[in-house]
Amino acid sequence: MTSVALLGQILDHANRADPYPLYAELRRTPVVRDESGPYLVSTYWEIHSLLRDPRVSSDIRNLAPEAKTGPGTEDPDLPPSFIRLDPPDHDRLRRLIMRTYGPPHSPRRVYGLHGEISGIVSGLIDRFQGRGQIDLVDDFSYPFPVTVICRLLGVPQEDEQRFHGWADTVATAIEPPVGTPEEQEAHWRSIREAHHQLAGYLSGLIEQRRRAPREDMISALATDRGADENPMSLPEMLSNLTLLLIAGHETTVNLITNGMLTLLRHPDTLKQLRTDPDLVIPLVEELLRFEPPVQLLPERTTLDDIEIAGTTIPQGASLWLVPASGNRDPQRFPEPDRFIPDRPDNQHFGFGSGIHNCIGSPLARLEAQTALAELVRRLDNPRLVEDPPPYRHNAALRGPQHLPIAFDGLSR
Amino acid sequence: MAVDGSLERLRREGRIVVVGASLAGLRAAETLREEGFTGTLTMIGDEPYEPYDRPPLSKQVLLGRVPADHTALPRRRAIEAQWRLGVAATGLDLSAKRVALADGTSVEYDRLLIATGVRSRPWPNELEAGLDGVFVLRTRDDATRLRHRLKAGPSRVLVIGAGFTGSEIASVCRERDLPVTVAERGPTPLSGALGSVIGDVAAQLHHQHGVDLRCGVMVTGLEGDGAGRLRRAHFSDGGTVDAEVAVVALGATRNTEWLAGSGLAAGPRGIACDAGCRAFDVRGIVADDVFVAGDVARSPHPLFGYQFLSLEHWGNAVAQAAVAAHNMICRGEERRPHLWTPYFWSAQFGVNIKSVGVPNMADQIIVSQGSLGEHRFTAAYGYQGRVIAAVTFDQAKWLEFHQRQIEQAAPFPPPFTTVDRRAEGMRPVPAGFPDPSVPTHGPQVTVSGHSPTDQRVTFTPA
Repeated sequence: MTSVALLGQILDHANRADPYPLYAELRRTPVVRDESGPYLVSTYWEIHSLLRDPRVSSDIRNLAPEAKTGPGTEDPDLPPSFIRLDPPDHDRLRRLIMRTYGPPHSPRRVYGLHGEISGIVSGLIDRFQGRGQIDLVDDFSYPFPVTVICRLLGVPQEDEQRFHGWADTVATAIEPPVGTPEEQEAHWRSIREAHHQLAGYLSGLIEQRRRAPREDMISALATDRGADENPMSLPEMLSNLTLLLIAGHETTVNLITNGMLTLLRHPDTLKQLRTDPDLVIPLVEELLRFEPPVQLLPERTTLDDIEIAGTTIPQGASLWLVPASGNRDPQRFPEPDRFIPDRPDNQHFGFGSGIHNCIGSPLARLEAQTALAELVRRLDNPRLVEDPPPYRHNAALRGPQHLPIAFDGLSR
Repeated sequence: MAVDGSLERLRREGRIVVVGASLAGLRAAETLREEGFTGTLTMIGDEPYEPYDRPPLSKQVLLGRVPADHTALPRRRAIEAQWRLGVAATGLDLSAKRVALADGTSVEYDRLLIATGVRSRPWPNELEAGLDGVFVLRTRDDATRLRHRLKAGPSRVLVIGAGFTGSEIASVCRERDLPVTVAERGPTPLSGALGSVIGDVAAQLHHQHGVDLRCGVMVTGLEGDGAGRLRRAHFSDGGTVDAEVAVVALGATRNTEWLAGSGLAAGPRGIACDAGCRAFDVRGIVADDVFVAGDVARSPHPLFGYQFLSLEHWGNAVAQAAVAAHNMICRGEERRPHLWTPYFWSAQFGVNIKSVGVPNMADQIIVSQGSLGEHRFTAAYGYQGRVIAAVTFDQAKWLEFHQRQIEQAAPFPPPFTTVDRRAEGMRPVPAGFPDPSVPTHGPQVTVSGHSPTDQRVTFTPA
C-alpha cells in the first residue's frame, strides 16, 4: 500500500487556520499510512467503528515508541489517568469518577452549577465595561473554564489564583516543544515543578475534605467507598483530578473561542441567536461538529490486525483518528462544510465516542451554551478585528491563540 | 404506467388501516405521513389509551417513579389519524378488504397494517388466575394494579417465571424491600433467552439481592383463602410458599385469534410475512395489501439462515414498522427488506443487560471481555463456527462491535486479541441452552375426557 505525507502538513502551523481541505484530501483514502508512521483514519464510519473496537488500545504503555507525541501532560510520578488506560482499569476509575460526577449517584452535580456558571460569565463580561475591544481568549475563554472547574472540584476561591497558575503551566505541556534544547529543558522543568506543586496542593485539599467533607467533587471522591470495588488511591485521585483540570481547561477554551469566531463569520446566525436564545442548544452541537476543539485522537494502538475499509492495519500500529475530518464526511453529513445551527441528526465526534466518550460533555455543553448566549446578548455590534485570528500551535487541540473582538458597547 | 397511477392515487387519497395502536402502529403511521401519504389513516386499538411505552412498566412504573399514565409515547410528528380506541378488531375479510370491529362496525382499507402485538400468557388455571392477588404484567392497567398492590407492602411476592419480565419484577420488589420468591422451571433465570452460563450470573444477582430463587421447579397450584385471596403457592418439588401477590411472567401469546378463518398464515407463533413485511396467506403466497410489523410478525432473516423470527423487542417494532410503512406506499423496486439485527436490553438488580443477535440459536459461548465473576462482561455466542449473538452485562459500549461481527458472519470463537481479555475468556464452553425439543416456558397442559362436557384441562408438572 502507498503512504501519504499529510500528517506533516496537518501538524504544520501554517495550515492551522483551515485544516479542512487537508482532511478532505485525507478522506479520499479512508485508512492510510502516513509516511511518518501512524495510520490515519479520516472517514466517519471507520472512525465510529474503531472507537468501538476492543482491538484498539488507549493504554499509554502499549504505545509504539515512535508514536509518543511528547512528554505529555501527565505527571511522570503518578499512575496514568483513566483516559490513558484500557478496561478493566479504565472502567473502574471512570465508574468511580462518575459516581461523584454524574447520574445515577450524583445527577445534579453539573446542573447544580447552573447559577454559578451564569454568575461567572456575567462577572467576566462586566469587566469589558468601558472597552471597545477585547481579546476573547485572554479576557474570557481562558479564565472561565478553570474558574468553573475550581467550583466543581471545591477549590476555595482564595486559592483560585494560585490554582490558575499551575493549571496554565501544566496545560502548556500539550503544546509541542519549541526553542533551543536548553529552553525546552527549562520548559519541562517548569511543568514538572507545577505538577508537583499542584499535586501537593490537591493532596492537602483531599486530606482536608476527607476530614470535613463539603458538597464538592473532591469531598465526594475523598469520602467515596466505591460501592463494591476498591476506592481510588491518593495517587489515582491526583492523576485523574489533574486530567479533569487539563481536559476541562484546554478544550472549553477552544469551544467558546471557535464558537464566537464562527458566529462572527455568520452574522445572520448571530442575529438569530440574539432573538432566539434557545437556538444555542443545537448550535453548540453544530459547533462541536463544525469546529471541534479536539481535532485528532493520536496515541491509540492496535492489539491485533484490523481489517477496515479494505486495508489491514497491522497489530502494534500507531493509530491516529481524525474526528474533525469525520465530522465533515459527506457520506455522513449532508453539506458538511456548511454551518447549519439547527442541523438535524447531528451525531458528531465532538466528544469522541465509545468507552472514552468525554465525561466532561455535560459541563462543556452547559459552559458553552451559557457563555455564547450571554456574549451574543451583551456585546453590541461585535465584529472580528482580524480573520483568521492567530492560532495556537497545537494541531490536536486546535483553537485561536487570541481572538480580538471590537464592539460598540455592553448591554445589561 | 397504470400501476404507477394507482400507487399515486393510493398515496394521495387511499385508505390505510392500522390495527394495533402501540409502538409499531404509531411509528408506522408517522412514517406513512413522513413519506407523503395524504389519504385516510385509521388507527384501531383495543385499549382505550393513546400509544404508550411498555419498557418502563416493569421498571420505573412498578418502582413508583413514573405513573403508568405518564408513559405515552412521544410523537415525532402529527399523524392526523382517525382513532378507534377501546375497540378491538374481531375479523378480517381479505377479499372485501374490510376489518370487522368489536362494536359491530367495520372499516374498509386499500392497505392494511397488522400490529396487534402480544399479550401476556395467563395462569392456565382460570379459577386460580381469578384469585385476588394474581397478576400479569403487559399493559398500562396491569402495571397500575400491580403497582398499587406492591405499594401496600404485601408480606411476600411470588414471581412465576424468571425470564426478563419476571427478573425485572423481582428486582423491583427487592428495591422496594419486599420479600420475593421466584419460581423458574429452567435451571437458572434467563436460561431460555441467554443460556445457563449467563443464567448462572443472573442467579447470583438474584441471590445477592436477597431473592428466594427456586430453579428447576414449577408452580403446580395457587391456593386461595376463604375470601378468594391468594394465600399460598404449591411447587412441583412438594414445597410451598405463602404469598399475597403472585405475578405470572410466563411469556406472551400473539394476538392473532381475530384472524382465524381470514386466510392469513396467522397462528400462535405470529403472522408469517416476507422480509418486506407483506403477510403470507395460508398457502404461503404473499397477500399484496396486507402488511405486518412488531411483536406479532414472523419474518425470515437472511443473517440467521432465513429462519422466521418473531421478536418481542422494542427496537424491532420501531424498525419493522418503518419498513412496513415505507413498503406499503412504494413500488416493488423501491421496497426495502427488514434486516434489523435483533437487539434488546433489560435492567435488573442495578445491572444493564443488553444483547444483540439471536443467542438461543447458539451452541457455544465465550467471555470475550471482562469476567463473569465480576458481573461485568461481554460474551459472544457461536453457532457452527460463526458469531451469531453477544450479550453484555454493564459493558454495552462494546455491543456495536459485536453487532458488526454478527453482520459480517465473523468466525467463532473470535480469534483476535482485545483489551480486557481474561483467562476465562480463552476457551469457548457450551452455552447451556435447553434442548429445543423440550418446552421450557409455559406450563404443560393435557386434555382428558371425550364428550365436550367431561373434557378436562389438567395442569401437569414436569
